[in-house]
Amino acid sequence: MDRDPLTPSAPTGPSRRRPSSALGRLLGGGAAAAERRTELLLRALAVGVLVVILGIAIVVFSKAWPSFSHNGLAWFGSGGDVDTQFEAMINGPRDPANYIYHFRAWPLIWATILTSGLAVIFGMVISILAAVFVVELAPARVNRAIDPTIRLLAGVPSVVYGLIGILAIAPWVEHDFISQQRKRSVEYVVQLTGANLSVAVLILTVMIVPIMVAIVAGALESVPRSWTEGSAALGVNRWRTTWRVSLRTVRPAIVAAAVLATARALGEAIMLAMVAGSRGFSPNPLDGTTFFFEPVRPLAATIVHYVEDLNVVPVEHTLYAMAAVLLVSCALLSLAGWAAKQPMKRYGVRT
Amino acid sequence: MPPPVRRIVLERDPTVVSPPANGSGATATTTERPGSAPLSGAPHRGVQAGEHAPAAAVQERMCIEGVWLAYGEKWVVRDVSLPVRKGEVLGLIGASGSGKTTLLRSLNRLTEITAGAARAGRVTLDGQEIGEIEVNSLRRRVSMVFQQPNPFPMSIFENVAYALREEHGERGARRRKRRSRDELMPAVVDALRRAGLYEEVAGNLDHPALRLSGGQQQRLCIARALAANPEVLLLDEPCSALDPISTATIEQLIVGLRQSVAIVIVTHNLQQAMRVADHVAFMHLGELVEYGPSSQIFDNPREERTREYVSGAFG
Amino acid sequence: MSSAPPALAPTPGTIQALTPPAGSIRATSKRDSIRSWPLADRVAYLLCWTVGIGLCVMAAAIVLFMLLKGVSYLRPSLLIEHPSASQDQATSGGFLDPIEGTLLLTAIGIAIAAPLGVGLAVWMSEYQRPAWLARLVESGVEMIAGAPSVLLAMFGLALFARPALAFLSQTSAGGSVFGRSFLTAGAMMSLLALPLVVASTREALLQVPAHVREASYALGKTKATTIRKVLLPSVRPSIANGITLGVGRIVGDTAIVVILLGATIRLEGAGGAPLLSTLRGTGGTLTSYVLFNSPAGEGNAHEKAYAAAFVLLLMVLVLNVIVMRLNASRAGTGQSLGASSRWRVMTGALPWIR
Repeated sequence: MDRDPLTPSAPTGPSRRRPSSALGRLLGGGAAAAERRTELLLRALAVGVLVVILGIAIVVFSKAWPSFSHNGLAWFGSGGDVDTQFEAMINGPRDPANYIYHFRAWPLIWATILTSGLAVIFGMVISILAAVFVVELAPARVNRAIDPTIRLLAGVPSVVYGLIGILAIAPWVEHDFISQQRKRSVEYVVQLTGANLSVAVLILTVMIVPIMVAIVAGALESVPRSWTEGSAALGVNRWRTTWRVSLRTVRPAIVAAAVLATARALGEAIMLAMVAGSRGFSPNPLDGTTFFFEPVRPLAATIVHYVEDLNVVPVEHTLYAMAAVLLVSCALLSLAGWAAKQPMKRYGVRT
Repeated sequence: MPPPVRRIVLERDPTVVSPPANGSGATATTTERPGSAPLSGAPHRGVQAGEHAPAAAVQERMCIEGVWLAYGEKWVVRDVSLPVRKGEVLGLIGASGSGKTTLLRSLNRLTEITAGAARAGRVTLDGQEIGEIEVNSLRRRVSMVFQQPNPFPMSIFENVAYALREEHGERGARRRKRRSRDELMPAVVDALRRAGLYEEVAGNLDHPALRLSGGQQQRLCIARALAANPEVLLLDEPCSALDPISTATIEQLIVGLRQSVAIVIVTHNLQQAMRVADHVAFMHLGELVEYGPSSQIFDNPREERTREYVSGAFG
Repeated sequence: MSSAPPALAPTPGTIQALTPPAGSIRATSKRDSIRSWPLADRVAYLLCWTVGIGLCVMAAAIVLFMLLKGVSYLRPSLLIEHPSASQDQATSGGFLDPIEGTLLLTAIGIAIAAPLGVGLAVWMSEYQRPAWLARLVESGVEMIAGAPSVLLAMFGLALFARPALAFLSQTSAGGSVFGRSFLTAGAMMSLLALPLVVASTREALLQVPAHVREASYALGKTKATTIRKVLLPSVRPSIANGITLGVGRIVGDTAIVVILLGATIRLEGAGGAPLLSTLRGTGGTLTSYVLFNSPAGEGNAHEKAYAAAFVLLLMVLVLNVIVMRLNASRAGTGQSLGASSRWRVMTGALPWIR
């Protein structure tokens, strides 16, 4: 109810005025009380967010604890085949005293490190170059076409990438890159198919590049023109100006983009489950180029793969243990990103 | 009556050659243009005692001949011809839109970073047309300081050493090794001294440049421009964003620098031009209206428009 | 202009030319001449061009590939037929149920995320007391934004399997709560959309100039009224923007669907009242349908998978167009988009990334 403030009326201090909404009037107490109620309600909402996060941590860790406690630190180690271990759990005894918890997650952890690490490294290089291209070098017509395209790419669901990967890219890789001879060479250990590390890294890179390009390009556009002009006036050519001034200025954005991309790569479950191979195999760099064609299955993809067997208690605890590892990794990642940006604040680079 | 403006006076420098009595030594280094008023060697009247006059045989660094500049369809500078000499400060004055900043920016080809800019006429640096010099080496020889101080988000040392790290040897080959701090320190210190900033920052060269005050930042930009030992220094209203004390410091600096570097300064502030410039060019709506020694322009202008502008009839 | 010739005219009395002599004009183009650059710089420059063009080509390839496959496999009948009940999807049936599933799930997710997100954004920008709480909440929202959807799905599973929350889903005969239903999945989906709504709304609220609020207070309005009647209406486009981004994220997610929705082909109700039955029942969405029909799932019907993927892409495209329109109108209403307009629009969901 909005009264005309110019009409003389009864004293209208805040405590006497009626609340303006119907619900407020129902609850009574005057406008000031309504104010307080609103603030408390919204503050409760904010606290609710923190409660949810705390809840996630508590729930995941409590469900994960049995798996960690039975395996100790060896949980992170290597030893044996992950799929065999899962089989043992699924087929094992059903009484709580005799649950089989034996698990060695190293092949999965190594797969996660490989796929996410390689994808982020390639992705960062490509994104920085592409962002420089988009902001500085591209002609206006190309720019107008790039913007909606990148936006579209960033929104493509991961299943679609997985579909293209498994139906188009993987067969092509298998057909053209993996010779029979190569297959025979590791036949006794693992079967090489098109679903392997190289395809996984390739598609993962394609998935994370658009958002990184957007972040870095946005930051590059914000570099004050006075700096780039000043550098040009000092006789520094365009590329060197970009390298020494612009890219240096946007280092915080590059860090942020890398953190975001890594988080996305770590959590990518569906596309990798489709594309990366059906075995939790640990690729061996000593295999030379065959290394790139060996199947992998990172943590998140493994969770999705075994989620049907969640009713088996040891499996459930193991999967939650993997989720806990993901949780901690993402938290550490954010922390690392924040820490990486601190030294940059000193020289006036806006973080 | 406003108080009289005093020119900034330095100690008489014995190395400057005084003008010959008859002005005949002028032709040695200046290009004659048909019908142009004799620029050099004109006897300077009204010069205050103790001041050294720019010499006739003073080396001409740049020669601007019949320059036209356009942005898009519009010609903003029309048929301007001026000399830029070492040992003196050339002031460009005029109202807004007179094209003086555009002219200044064309001297180091900074107008080229705007698409659609066009240039006609001839500008030479030490006899060589600047369009033929590689643009980055040109800009190292003709440095510029902007209106707003724009130090990079790095330390003071890195700012001044910025251009020095780009030294090229032969065409296309950069120095293989990144020069060490010790190698660059003498040049940095020298540039800071010439810019009058060294005493204030001596112990603290790693201080972030953006934390300096406005006047210090502008002096840092001057030091940065001087680090590569340019032949000409272009100043685009360097003091317009600064307080009077910083302004005075920088004006002192400018007058002190002119022995080693030819200076061209664009200024809105007539008193500043009076204090600092030796020769003054008045531009109006893109044309060069009058050029001459500063004493003549301010005390005894030949053109009506100059007289009006200088007396404040328009601005 | 005075008629007197300038001081340096070639000869007195000459009429000044209005343009320079023909042939002496040198125009500049934006193209750099890199011939004189050092080798390393030239390589870097060309590399940038290569990567840039390569990116465009790859983007075009993806779009065209999906277009091709989609057009060849998508029939209008697919959109309105229910999936066949059999495992073999290749022969018959459409994907109406997955489409319904997508829409339903999105509606639930947004219905939860939108009010909560706006409320949260309002608190973060207008109240922010106490300060330590505000900082924590900001980090918290950022953490949720960065959490993998697998993690959220697992959390949801553990949470909703508790007997206390059994009303949200079905309880199986053995007494264990199934925990998977549209309601539970929708709740977790709302967590996906929440940060996007919060970020978009908050950024817009922060850009509303102080004098707008002050004017309202000066008229005697309370803070709550000001927010409700002045601020929120003015940031409506940004709220819509955030919601659209959230919808995009929900539509595209598969992990939560697979884990928390049961990922059945058809909507399987839980029994009871019709709407409630569906909400408490399981189902699938377009994303889980694509997964099911791909070689990684059991359906083994590539054509259906491509068709469904194509429909998904169309949805994403439409959502993008909506976002672009909304941002154009936001610019029109005077809310500044900031210096780096285009890319900020796109990363507008992530304002803490600056």
